[in-house]
Amino acid sequence: MGNVKMLARLLTILAVFGVVSAHAAGGASLPLGKADIDPGNINSLQRGARNYMNYCSGCHSAKYVRFTTIGEYLELSEEQLADNLMFNAEKTFETIRSAMPEADSRRWFGVAPPDLSLMARSKGVDYIYNFLKGFYLDPASPTGVDNLVLTGTSMPHVLWELQGYQDAVFLEHTDESADGATTTRHFDGFEAVTAGTMDEEDYDSFVRDTVNFLAYIAEPNRAERRMLGMWVIIYLFVFLIIARMLKKQIWKDVS
Amino acid sequence: MARIEAEVGKPQGGFMKWIDDRFPFTETMKYHATEYYASKNFNIWYVFGVLAMVVLVIQLLTGIFLTMNYKPAAAEAFASVEYIMRDVEWGWLIRYMHSTGASFFFIVVYLHMFRAMLYGSYKKPRELIWLIGMLIFFVLIAEAFAGYLLPWGQMSYWGAQVIISLFGAIPGIGEALVEIIRGDYSISDITLNRFFALHVIALPLALIALVFVHIVALHEVGSNNPDGVDIKKHKSPDGVPLDGVAFHPYHTSKDLVAIIVFLIIFSGVVFFAPEMGGYFIEHANFEPANMTATPEHIAPVWYFTPFYAILRAVPDKLGGAILMAAAVLLPVFLPWLDRARVKSIRYRGWIYRSALGTFAVTFLVLGWLGTMPAEGIYVNAARIFTALYFAFFLLMPYYTTVDKTKPVPDRVVYHG
Repeated sequence: MGNVKMLARLLTILAVFGVVSAHAAGGASLPLGKADIDPGNINSLQRGARNYMNYCSGCHSAKYVRFTTIGEYLELSEEQLADNLMFNAEKTFETIRSAMPEADSRRWFGVAPPDLSLMARSKGVDYIYNFLKGFYLDPASPTGVDNLVLTGTSMPHVLWELQGYQDAVFLEHTDESADGATTTRHFDGFEAVTAGTMDEEDYDSFVRDTVNFLAYIAEPNRAERRMLGMWVIIYLFVFLIIARMLKKQIWKDVS
Repeated sequence: MARIEAEVGKPQGGFMKWIDDRFPFTETMKYHATEYYASKNFNIWYVFGVLAMVVLVIQLLTGIFLTMNYKPAAAEAFASVEYIMRDVEWGWLIRYMHSTGASFFFIVVYLHMFRAMLYGSYKKPRELIWLIGMLIFFVLIAEAFAGYLLPWGQMSYWGAQVIISLFGAIPGIGEALVEIIRGDYSISDITLNRFFALHVIALPLALIALVFVHIVALHEVGSNNPDGVDIKKHKSPDGVPLDGVAFHPYHTSKDLVAIIVFLIIFSGVVFFAPEMGGYFIEHANFEPANMTATPEHIAPVWYFTPFYAILRAVPDKLGGAILMAAAVLLPVFLPWLDRARVKSIRYRGWIYRSALGTFAVTFLVLGWLGTMPAEGIYVNAARIFTALYFAFFLLMPYYTTVDKTKPVPDRVVYHG
């Protein structure tokens, strides 16, 4: 009987660490909400791949990602890959390179566009979702736009044709205190300026699909990892029952 | 029969005797396993030593396979980790086991050390075991620190930058010392290369040697138990402690159960939450090291954060570094700071019980504070808890002397 209690305690002690870290993991909240992606949806991932290759890969590489890997998981044949996604690659084992030479991009934008292989893991999917929906008109910026989550970004609003342009509305709030007045700006929503070819809902799912794809390429083995994990844990539980029986048998004479 | 066997040259007693005449195999097995007696009333706290051993083996094995594919060069390290994660067969599993193993190493070692504090395991005659254990802890810290630089991500780079620069606060030799550690004027390819050497050979070698010595010393004096009584005082006529059971098969069969439970939890993290919400693998480490861009918020991995919080609680760099070093070193003196006549918390008074409880909470809170930005209320809180941390150790000679203890039973308490 002491044995069961002991097991329960071991589980509790170790699980507490898990719960504590999981709870502490909540990041800063983003103004435009969560990406709410669907990693198991192959159609969404295929659309995301198409979006990525059409709109992102011109400037951004994903240099750790191979077309073969994508093809296997997204259920695309070599021909489909070659016809629809490989604009800048010859062989399917190649990785996703950008079409823009780095030296040029430095000259044009001041920085080279970052590689996107791991963006979903370093910044998080919600951040990218907010970023892609967060461009607003700003006449003071050299690209004509600024971004809600990355102020002063060098990236132009590449998706303007789809989304159209929008203005951001900020509410100013002034705090009077002894050291003088401090003014803080709070974001209070967008106002459409010019319409794009997509309505709001279509653009939202366009962004979600793209983010879903970015999450996939950040860790292509995620699905395999979870599947394998289930079997490993089931196996360990069976092993646990046998080990418990063995232990009981050996300890039966100890009093 | 024997005569005939002797005539045909078959050794008496078979294969085992042949071995035993040349190597003390049976004798060693008896001494360390089948006739090593440990108390039958071990509870949950007594599994973390063996679990630390399990994690050590996991780290050594996965480390070997990582080394086969990793490239310790500034230009290639980050990409080679991604190569392991994506292109090497089972590479992702090996890497996640190693990164998760690092965190679990500290979880089980912290709990193992806390066990010693609960039951007074560091007290006479086990002071030396405790000292060797502390040495293992220091090597483990160095090992984890060196290993964290290897993925060459942003947090690898800047975390190492912050910690190594602390040596620069030492008056006179500081700057020279920092250069010697880095091997360069900044953290560079050279630093990465030497940290790799330390991480894969020098420190693991020291770790294994120290673990071996830790166990030899333990088996010399025998294991403590939750009652802190000496089981060797009551022996059967054939010399077996009445409250002891043989390490093998009794404790091994019990440990096996614990190991499987541990592996279930370990697998839960490896397969379902390898980043552990950014605590086991920090998000910023998915960006390659960039010496021209400092991350806005530098935090070490969770297992260093209690000490990091103490470092930042002091406004002065040198003062903070000294205090942090003191915080890491202080537990070394526990066998002499603790003046209580009894070992186990079961027979100690309310003062020690509250002190140890407060200390456990303090350590966890400091750990949490170390992950938060060093500003405002967090710094003030860190100062209060730093004071509590040091008070636990420095006031110990006093409060363990005045604390009222209960009588210790003659034999261990065991309910079957």
